[in-house]
Amino acid sequence: MPGSDVTATHCPYCALQCGMEIGPGLAISPRTDIPANASGALCQKGWTAGELLTNGERLTAPLLHGEPVEWDVALDHVAERLSSIRAEHGPDAVAVFGGGGLTNEKAYQLGKFARVALGTSQIDYNGRFCMSSAAAASTRAFGMDRGLPFPVTDLAGADVVLLAGANVAETMPPFLRHLSGPRLIVIDPRRTPTARQAWLHLQPTPGTDLALALGLLHLAVADGLVDEAYVAARTSGFEEVRTSLASWWPERVERITGVPVHQMRQAVRALAAAGGAYVLTGRGAEQHAKGTDTVTAFINLALALGLPGRRGSGYGCLTGQGNGQGGREHGQKADQLPGYRRIDDPAAREHVAGVWGVPADSIPGPGRSAYELLDALGTPDGPRALLLFGSNPVISAPGSERIAARLGALDLLVTCDFVLSETAALADVVFPVTQWAEESGTMTNLEGRVLLRNRAVAPPEGVRSDLDVIAALAGRLGHAFPADPAEVFDELRRASAGGIADYSGITYERVAAEKGVFWPCPEPGHPGTPRPFLDSFATPDGRARFVPVQHRPPAEETDEDYPVHLSTGRVLAHYQSGAQTRRIAPLVQAVPEPYVELHPDLAEQLGIAPGDVVRISSRRGESKAVARISDAIRRDTVFMPFHWEGANRLTNPALDPASRMPEFKVCAVRVERDS
Amino acid sequence: MRIVVIGNGMAGSRLVSELRARDPHIRITIFGAESRQPYNRVLLSNVLAGSSRPDQVRLLDTSWYDSHHVEAAFGDPVVHIDRDTGHVVTGSGRREPYDLLVLATGSEAIVPPIPGVERAIPFRTLDDCERIMEAAEHARNAVVVGGGLLGIEAARGLAGRGLPVTLLHLAGHLMERQLDVEAGEVLGETLAGLGVEIRTGVSAESVAGDGVRLAGGELVEADLVVLACGVRPLTGLAADAGLEVRRGVVVDDELRTDDPSIFAIGECAEHDGTVYGLVAPAWEQASVAADVITGGKALYRGSRLVTRLKARSVELAAMGETQLTEEHAEVVRFSHRARGTYRKLVIRDGRLVGAILLGESDAVGTLTQLFDRGGPVPGDRAGLLFPGLSPAAVADSPTLMPDAARVCQCNNVTKGQIRACWEAGARDVAAVAAATRATTGCGTCRDAVEGIVGWLCEQEGISV
Repeated sequence: MPGSDVTATHCPYCALQCGMEIGPGLAISPRTDIPANASGALCQKGWTAGELLTNGERLTAPLLHGEPVEWDVALDHVAERLSSIRAEHGPDAVAVFGGGGLTNEKAYQLGKFARVALGTSQIDYNGRFCMSSAAAASTRAFGMDRGLPFPVTDLAGADVVLLAGANVAETMPPFLRHLSGPRLIVIDPRRTPTARQAWLHLQPTPGTDLALALGLLHLAVADGLVDEAYVAARTSGFEEVRTSLASWWPERVERITGVPVHQMRQAVRALAAAGGAYVLTGRGAEQHAKGTDTVTAFINLALALGLPGRRGSGYGCLTGQGNGQGGREHGQKADQLPGYRRIDDPAAREHVAGVWGVPADSIPGPGRSAYELLDALGTPDGPRALLLFGSNPVISAPGSERIAARLGALDLLVTCDFVLSETAALADVVFPVTQWAEESGTMTNLEGRVLLRNRAVAPPEGVRSDLDVIAALAGRLGHAFPADPAEVFDELRRASAGGIADYSGITYERVAAEKGVFWPCPEPGHPGTPRPFLDSFATPDGRARFVPVQHRPPAEETDEDYPVHLSTGRVLAHYQSGAQTRRIAPLVQAVPEPYVELHPDLAEQLGIAPGDVVRISSRRGESKAVARISDAIRRDTVFMPFHWEGANRLTNPALDPASRMPEFKVCAVRVERDS
Repeated sequence: MRIVVIGNGMAGSRLVSELRARDPHIRITIFGAESRQPYNRVLLSNVLAGSSRPDQVRLLDTSWYDSHHVEAAFGDPVVHIDRDTGHVVTGSGRREPYDLLVLATGSEAIVPPIPGVERAIPFRTLDDCERIMEAAEHARNAVVVGGGLLGIEAARGLAGRGLPVTLLHLAGHLMERQLDVEAGEVLGETLAGLGVEIRTGVSAESVAGDGVRLAGGELVEADLVVLACGVRPLTGLAADAGLEVRRGVVVDDELRTDDPSIFAIGECAEHDGTVYGLVAPAWEQASVAADVITGGKALYRGSRLVTRLKARSVELAAMGETQLTEEHAEVVRFSHRARGTYRKLVIRDGRLVGAILLGESDAVGTLTQLFDRGGPVPGDRAGLLFPGLSPAAVADSPTLMPDAARVCQCNNVTKGQIRACWEAGARDVAAVAAATRATTGCGTCRDAVEGIVGWLCEQEGISV
């Protein structure tokens, strides 16, 4: 039943985590006390978020092989199957897959559940498909990965902001309000709604952002725009990078990227001349088999210009999922323990084992990364059971048909969801769980600001929270886990204490009173850290590290059989795999079906008219979509949104060697009119 | 396996790093005649122009060879190849055995055999570059002999240092191998505007202490004379070793010479009748040779040539067959000499086979890629030459906008919905926002909504 009072909470979707109030009758209105959207902004997804609370497609009873059953029946079945699979095949035969939309409490608890209750190393999450390249590059350069190491409101004071592969006008519309002052430079193969706002739009060939970043940095060096004093005082490793740039002169980069030299020069000069400037990367630059190096190249550019660690300028990545930041800090990653600790660090293991009350050597080592984990399911050496929380890989994994087949090969697939997503539909057991307005917990937004999500309404009867499910399964496996979010958060605080992402001074009360607290916050009296790099970086010597990187072509280049680049991305009306937004009528009305965007010249050449059904094929699969013809895209590229089944049948699971990020943003396809 | 590479220029150094990237163990020794670390010759004109320091063109750090376990011997040139025993011999008498040998000896500047030419400085190496810069410090005026790519870059660079420069060129127009007559002339006019006097159709007879004497007797005064008269492949070692040499060392598609254990790449190699003088082909060859040497399968099929002038305030790209006429190809041309603009497309069988772009243009990236990939040329040629010329005209004016047009993207609100809202009594943006949520997302449609509401109010005023 809808509550009668007004509850202050946050939007269930993207990493901006706009503040919103839920009032009587589930009326949603923007809050004005949360900096992300203090101007009272919300996009259509936010305004309509409440519609899913009363949607008829809501799951309200556990499903066992598709049939509704009592909770105890489903829980007993899962616990018994997990025990027997583990007994027969060892602990790594059971895997856990999480999500970047889960609260910090759930993400933390999931990591602990895997390592303590299941004893498995096989846990990873869909954030691997989202933030991992930026995270790896930031950690490498700064010793810390906090998406924006400054408050989002700082951006408004800059003269110039460079957005590399980010379409914020569609992915987090209210964010654009923070960019109304600065001149925008946008790097994107498409003239997106964001690029339309740009002072300068660089439109590179998909898969060449790294070359472009190297070209920009080459020009900065060649034109004497490097902040030598800053480089000397606050960084290490520049000389090697400087040498590596001699191979990336702008005319060569122009030929690779298609971006004219004079535009590159214009961009670099504007950044260098700015009183305050920011370089921000998004998935466009990151979702590549070289995403980590691409982000590194943009960080190198920012460092050469003296931006990071100064008030009024900097580098940041634009986190995607609602809790993409917090979700990558507390242990649902294959190689990680709470507090952004490494699982192979003996001191980290000791500390966390102490909090968990287990011997350090009982904590498993690093497991497989997301795609590798999914691809191993049901194989002789791979997991035979999978517990899935807050994710829909049948839609969102690259080469998705292959992943669907792998899921089908499991002995046991268990999902927690509030609707019957495409992946839940394949599950042996589905647990119906609460959604955002029905539960409390913390989320850490793109700024590293820990926010409190408050329960506004009671969940429908028969629905329990993910924390309840974890606690119930842990109990049946002989471990006592709390299910109350506040209690879990207190444990998370202790587990994170002393780590990079230190939450120990943060409480629900403080978050509510202070409208969010920035980590690291190592003790109760600590004010939190809005700008962690002002005095020094989080590296052992306090200096940011330049890392030399070289461009290389996409994992799959176009050829005679597959002559067109495919790039994928989001549209404003939908979110991630669409499991939520495709069930909300106004959003379906806004964008009802998958489409493929292509240039009029390409369309003419292929004999395709607007509205035609088009067949798109890659080496991995085939998909159909309706043609949208637009000169906003390059002639050599087509674009498909990934919110429906289909786009990811085509994408290439080539992985970044450092981050294990798949190459979502470029592959080779053939496009034909469907006869 | 022992690999020996002769030549530590752009091709040789590239090959070595490509080899090391593919195979961490293979034994590599590289000999370089120059004692310097390898540097990027393409950037020498930046050095001459003063926009790059000499240390900024270095391709590999001094520590690279040690840290990558490559033995480097610089300043001790190879003087002999002993194919019978599989050794190379250096000037100092060192003998180094090889299993596979790669010639990357590059080329040397052509110095015309005219009296006094020793007074002139060729423009080829970093050492040359430093000598020219030093001479330029004291010179009152300069002459550059040779109006090809390098000569023009040198002339522009010297003029940028404030030196009066005369560029002498034998042919009737500049860069005659890459440009048609008109483009050559427009380029000359652009350079003239930047302080480079252009003399085409002239021949230098001798270099004197006070300048260059032309055929016919005229003296062009200069205390600095720079030669950019082209290059000649260095093939002596190969010829002495009995390898097949025409203009360059002849190689097949695997970059092998007629001795299968010897490869040649870069400016000393001749593939399919062509000796390439640009870096892109040399690096493509280095990549193929590295694949072949490390046991991979790769073939070199020739390179498409794009010439991009690097001279401040002169934007020029030329590619392919730029001189074909309407008899043999479709030619699209735009010329605006007063602005230094000249653009030309040469299209055959629906493919771009040549292009010239003179003057700043956003089209350069697209055209280069179209030429490189050999993709079909779109029907709208004008759109290719002038990107942004015809973006679908968006009817931003409230009067012209159809009712179905989406005004607020963030909340999916059309002009029709705003009109309906206005008809229901909303008279300002706040009222429209309250009813439709338009303007409440990113906020960039606020002006448009205001415009529509204002226009509707105005309409009412008129109708009343």
